[in-house]
Amino acid sequence: MSADRRLQGLVRPYVVTGGRAHASRNTFDAVTVVIATREQVAGLSPEKKRLMELCRGGALSVAEIAAHLSLPISVTKVLLSDLVDSGHIATHAAVSHAARPDMKLLKDVLDGLRARL
Amino acid sequence: MASVLASDGPASPNGPAPNRPADAGVYLRDTVRTAVKLLVVGPFAVGKTTFVGTLSEIRPLRTEETMTQAGALVDDLAGVEGKSTTTVALDFGRLTLSDELVLYLFGAPGQQRFTSIWKDIAHGALGALVLVDTRRLDQSFEVMDLLEELRIPYAVAVNTFDGAPPFPPDELRDALDLLPETPLMSCDARDATSSTRALVTLVEYLLTRTQENA
Ligand SMILES: Nc1nc2c(ncn2[C@@H]2O[C@H](COP(=O)(O)OP(=O)(O)OP(=O)(O)O)[C@@H](O)[C@H]2O)c(=O)[nH]1
Ligand SMILES: [Mg+2]
Repeated sequence: MSADRRLQGLVRPYVVTGGRAHASRNTFDAVTVVIATREQVAGLSPEKKRLMELCRGGALSVAEIAAHLSLPISVTKVLLSDLVDSGHIATHAAVSHAARPDMKLLKDVLDGLRARL
Repeated sequence: MASVLASDGPASPNGPAPNRPADAGVYLRDTVRTAVKLLVVGPFAVGKTTFVGTLSEIRPLRTEETMTQAGALVDDLAGVEGKSTTTVALDFGRLTLSDELVLYLFGAPGQQRFTSIWKDIAHGALGALVLVDTRRLDQSFEVMDLLEELRIPYAVAVNTFDGAPPFPPDELRDALDLLPETPLMSCDARDATSSTRALVTLVEYLLTRTQENA
């Protein structure tokens, strides 16, 4: 790989994810909330260690993790799916993907917004 | 912790945080059990980032995705060698609505060629707020088409820019070719009350649709 391409930022995502395609990354949404479930980070890649260090502080969404680590969301999902497989991370809050959102959820959102007025 | 929460770079498009509610730290409350998202969309410089920043309890965050020019998401380089790529920035913010519920607002660019990142972010979104500028209404058509294609319900908010021609609502509806049911309102993305009202109108509409379809 040429130095030019490295400068253009084309190399980094490949290196970070090990260049593998993960089917299970599709289980993460940008707003899926995750928490760290393990202290032990020995043997993890530097990127995964950074991710675990961030997540040890508390619950965060996938998009927030991506932004804090300056990684694309797509790459962050790949890292997270590995970390779920290895027992380091767990999903903490569900995202509703029903074709029709339920009324209770919409009412709760509406109440929460109205309370700010 | 400070080392991973860099205060500069792509994570902070808007400089130092203005005053936020006192309890809004970096992390979510441990009690949060459901996360939902709404999209804030529209053409270049229509006020998406301003809107998200006005309402977010955290300093607005930004992520960047690398895409091929054809619009495919790049998360590894297999098969991408030699193709030109482009970067798409997404701004987002967070509003904790209750102990259990958090809302994320994503400001997404309107250009159709970013379709695959759009699909990824739009999937599961409750709805969208389309921001329009009356000086260039035509620039909002593309994003409204895209939302219809993805079956994301939306409301329209006219951002009131200085020097923009005032438009009677009926003419505006016609010009934008809105369905009679689609909410149309004006909004100042710099103002928290005005921006919150716009979201309330959107979610009221979402609720009405759900009741009618039930
Ligand atoms: N008068 C007025 N100005 C606004 C409003 N919303 C945003 N602006 C201004 O319009 C300019 C563009 O706003 P942004 O929030 O950066 O727009 P954007 O849609 O994020 O732009 P891109 O990300 O470049 O597409 C800024 O200078 C804002 O201060 C509004 O409601 N009223
Ligand atoms: Mg912007």
